[in-house]
Amino acid sequence: MLEIEIDGKKTTVAPGSTVMDAARALGVHIPHFCYHKKLSIAASCRMCLVEVEKAPKPLPACATPVTAGMVVKTHSNAAVTAQKGVMEFLLINHPLDCPICDQGGECHLQDIAVGYGAGESRYREEKRIVPNKDLGPLITTEMTRCIHCSRCVRFTEEVAGYQELGLAHRGEHSEVMPFLGKTVNSEISGNVIDLCPVGALTSKPFRYTVRAWELSRRKSIAPHDGLGSNLIVQVKNHKVMRVLPLENEAINECWLSDRDRFSYEALNSASRATKPQVKKDGQWIETDWQSALELVAGKLKDTVAAHGRDSVAALATPNSTVEELFMLRKLMAGLGVEQVETRLRAADFRLHTAGATWLGQSIAELAQSDAVLVIGSNIRKEQPLLAQRLRQSAKRGMKLSVLNPARYDLLAPLAGELIVRPDQMVEALLTVLKAACEAAGKTAPAHIDLSSIEVCDASRSIAATLTAHSAILLGNLAAHHPRYAELHAAAAALAELSGAKLGVMSEAANTVGAQLIGAETSGNLFASPKKALILLNAEVQFDCHNATEALAAVRAADFVVALNPFADGVKDYADVILPVAPFTETSGTFVNMEGRAQSFNGVVRPLGETRPAWKVLRVLGNVLGFNGFDYESSEAIRDEALAGDIAPRLSNALKAPVAVKAQAASGLVRLGEVPLYQLDALTRRAPALQATADAAEPALRANAATLAGLSLKAGDSACAAQAGGKALLCVREDTTLPDGVIHIAGSHPLTTGLGGLFAPVTVERAG
Amino acid sequence: MPQLLSNEARALIDREVAKYPAEHKRSAVMGALRIAQTEHRWLSEELVAEVADYLQMAPVAVYEVASFYNMYDLKPVGRYKLTVCTNLPCALSGGVTAAEYLKQKLGIGFGETTADGKFTLVEGECMGACGSAPVMLVNNHKMCASMTPDEIDKKLGELE
Repeated sequence: MLEIEIDGKKTTVAPGSTVMDAARALGVHIPHFCYHKKLSIAASCRMCLVEVEKAPKPLPACATPVTAGMVVKTHSNAAVTAQKGVMEFLLINHPLDCPICDQGGECHLQDIAVGYGAGESRYREEKRIVPNKDLGPLITTEMTRCIHCSRCVRFTEEVAGYQELGLAHRGEHSEVMPFLGKTVNSEISGNVIDLCPVGALTSKPFRYTVRAWELSRRKSIAPHDGLGSNLIVQVKNHKVMRVLPLENEAINECWLSDRDRFSYEALNSASRATKPQVKKDGQWIETDWQSALELVAGKLKDTVAAHGRDSVAALATPNSTVEELFMLRKLMAGLGVEQVETRLRAADFRLHTAGATWLGQSIAELAQSDAVLVIGSNIRKEQPLLAQRLRQSAKRGMKLSVLNPARYDLLAPLAGELIVRPDQMVEALLTVLKAACEAAGKTAPAHIDLSSIEVCDASRSIAATLTAHSAILLGNLAAHHPRYAELHAAAAALAELSGAKLGVMSEAANTVGAQLIGAETSGNLFASPKKALILLNAEVQFDCHNATEALAAVRAADFVVALNPFADGVKDYADVILPVAPFTETSGTFVNMEGRAQSFNGVVRPLGETRPAWKVLRVLGNVLGFNGFDYESSEAIRDEALAGDIAPRLSNALKAPVAVKAQAASGLVRLGEVPLYQLDALTRRAPALQATADAAEPALRANAATLAGLSLKAGDSACAAQAGGKALLCVREDTTLPDGVIHIAGSHPLTTGLGGLFAPVTVERAG
Repeated sequence: MPQLLSNEARALIDREVAKYPAEHKRSAVMGALRIAQTEHRWLSEELVAEVADYLQMAPVAVYEVASFYNMYDLKPVGRYKLTVCTNLPCALSGGVTAAEYLKQKLGIGFGETTADGKFTLVEGECMGACGSAPVMLVNNHKMCASMTPDEIDKKLGELE
């Protein structure tokens, strides 16, 4: 340890620490622009110059390693003179446009200029002007304001994994820019807005809407992926104006995915339902809550009475809160209905685990693993910030391997890679399991048949990375797989054999919570026809594994009630629409993939006559005359729903063995990924996200050999057909896919005519 | 996309790459850009992207380097690129005069190319030969010392 004194305060720091680290530990503020704790050191802004005893001139605190007995002064004459000089230089070319700058009021340059700069400028010459750049639909630029701190450049390279921005040219001509004609397409690009210490990079959707000091800051939890990022939602006049990250080192660190940051636009969308609506003779009629609820209660009761309790079922998305799902389950129980399901995109319900499936450890622990094997996950798009963590770990030496149906670019060094057809993922995993068995001299459990499996070098090298301090993760492509139970069982056996921890990366914000309260009991609800359906937050054409089957089922039902913040998605098949609150307008709880229950409050009041779903369900219970529907608050529901410790109720262990056996595959198979911005009702309606490259229309993608076999070429249009339906799509070549794989994204208006996400598909040239 | 770099150029880049440890392939970027420019006379967007692809770098990272050094040309240049040093020691010994003479003789300013596409005139930075000022560089590779107007005339005559 090294001793250091800063402004008279003494401390000891580890060798290799910088003066900035020591100052932060001591709580001494040193002004800075380019320094950021999560980024490499650039020492380009020179704002952090401090006086160091025995050094001939001021030194940058961010790049000066501490030496034993160092004495640093941050407020001495020499330090103040240096800081003032730097400030003057930084302001030479910075425009004085603070009154129209979005960063005004939350600008580091403004703050530090006030604290450390001179009252006025001595610079009388012309200022330079820098042309703006088009960085895409999320980030707007005002490049003349840039002070070349290079934080955004370092972020894209070091955190996002691919350098999309660069500092081109030299000296006074330096400019931050993307490569000629390119935009910034990272799924976590919005963080450069927070990183930019000036107003050079600001949020495009937020631009010119409101001043920073007019906003109230309210805490919330991200409602999309299973990470549960902590949010600061900023509101004005009961309208959500923007979303920023709330730093939580254990979860999202100081970052936010673009999905979490920009999905708020949907909250103010014109397609929000503001009043209960009832369909009469094909016409939608607005009504009051009382009559809508009485109608719903009566219909549900009558249907159960007339057709039995199996004729009614409830579907909810796993983005619904614990409280909503608990109340839904309780209401159904009151009616005698057992069928409640949140695993809407799953196709295989054979798996039964001893508890709720989860990450198997905390997110922070996962990042410390020696090796991680990811099975069936386009992890950058499914869990953008978890992918970012694993990227940092992989750079530090963690061995990252993947078993996937496409060669997704993780923008991280890989130790091993198995890319196979979707319908051969179980078999590929078995080769790894067999390799691990051979290496350990052990045999696999009896329910796993390895007799026909041939081990290859790739599976041997992946198996070799797995040690006691490693993890095996199952992603969305595994969870949606028609043989998920077998994937999970084989992964569990591999984990058992190698000592690795098995983890499931939850698809949605409350996937774990839904399991904890048993809101996934029935499997495929559409296996038998239903007379009445209750849809909580679900738009079945987008939220289900098989869109065609789901649409047919809701159309065949006599009565469909949709509890949804939006009307447009369910209008085609619902009979009653009850406008319920999205996450910003209700209190609630999400349990993230590491089993952490995070409660949040509503940040704005419900729009129009919208009501929180838990209240709607409570009143439905009252109307039906059920007992136990007198909760005063969502907290009361939560305390009952999640009573006791969560940890003992989490388990990825199999309750009953699942027979795993290799199967042969042939023909064409669909790879039906759910696109990043089609995940849930909110993301689907966020205009800026929908304008990104990631939201491009789904195409029919296949590799060159597969296309040649179909006599198709890129740019053709083709008709893809699956059991029950078809879709007309544009053909694209995709070199990341194995032979025989047809990539057609699911959960999209262009592909709702198709069937299972991983089912066989036939393709014909169209027209 | 059609391949812009010839196999010979690629072989030369491989030699540059071999000078550095395998995990520091990007260290060869300056050499690779020089080889690419020698072959194509200037570095087009496509050529920068191809060098980036060859060295497994992000294109913008290669562009950062290409735009930093003024001997890389990001715009088309004439058959002969004449770079005249106008830094202080050269300027004191006739560098500016040499540049003015060239401007007048070729009828172009700095950064411009003659209508016949033969000459491009560029203002250069110190070439480390102040003792032989004024100095002029032809196509980045050939240095001409003590460039009085007579010497310039002679040199231009040699360049066909």
